[in-house]
Amino acid sequence: MIPMQHFLVLSGILFSLGVYGVLARRSAVLILMSVELMLQAVSINFIAFAVYLSPEAFVGLIFAVFVIVVAAAEVGLMLAIVLRIFRNRGTANVDEVDLMRW
Amino acid sequence: MSVEEGVFYVIAAFTVVGGMGVVFARNVVYSALFLILALLAVAGIFLLLSAEFLALVQVLIYGGAVTILVLFALMLTRVQDMPAALDSPQKPFALLAALGVLSIFILAAVGTDWPGQTEQINAIPLRDLGDALFRTWALPFEVASLVLMVALVGSIVLARGEEGE
Repeated sequence: MIPMQHFLVLSGILFSLGVYGVLARRSAVLILMSVELMLQAVSINFIAFAVYLSPEAFVGLIFAVFVIVVAAAEVGLMLAIVLRIFRNRGTANVDEVDLMRW
Repeated sequence: MSVEEGVFYVIAAFTVVGGMGVVFARNVVYSALFLILALLAVAGIFLLLSAEFLALVQVLIYGGAVTILVLFALMLTRVQDMPAALDSPQKPFALLAALGVLSIFILAAVGTDWPGQTEQINAIPLRDLGDALFRTWALPFEVASLVLMVALVGSIVLARGEEGE
């Protein structure tokens, strides 16, 4: 049997890879791909907690379903916003989109 | 080491390789392809956690729809690919932050005294999941569908642009 900690450590690795990607990448699309990695890590955590710790209520499983729904909505909106920025500014590089910087 | 653990380590290795590919690849399209690998491997992890329904949804939505959208976004926002410009100058700090988060996670996962047992996976029947989703969590479920619709209509309006543009 696999102890739960294995899954938690795996999701921790995935999440920190996502953190690194969000901070180090410059392209908006690559940043959103890293955000997807972080969402995946969160889903793994939720499901692991649901099936190991509280199989009677399994709220974590339900929450993972909602994470997937919100991620799908987020990716659709991301595409629209990035396209919009690209059309207006000619770039998808987040360092150059500094309209609201003081 | 049992068979299950062996399978877990293989799939976990695929997941981590995919994730590293996403954040370290020098070509944006390779990044997207590594993302597909990572997402499918996570579906395997869901299967190991005996969440078959979520594994199926993962393959359908992430393996199909999300990666296609990401590839579209990459294709439509393509400027000249300059490998040097992919990463920002704050890379060392990003590495530091990621390592900090990782160490906190591992310490928390290993050090915490979890309530309940952490050795045995309790498979949750799909029937129970559906029951809970449509009885106990019916309202959040409907709100989620509303969120999805608003987001998709909003993205169509955003991406279409104004008249006469």
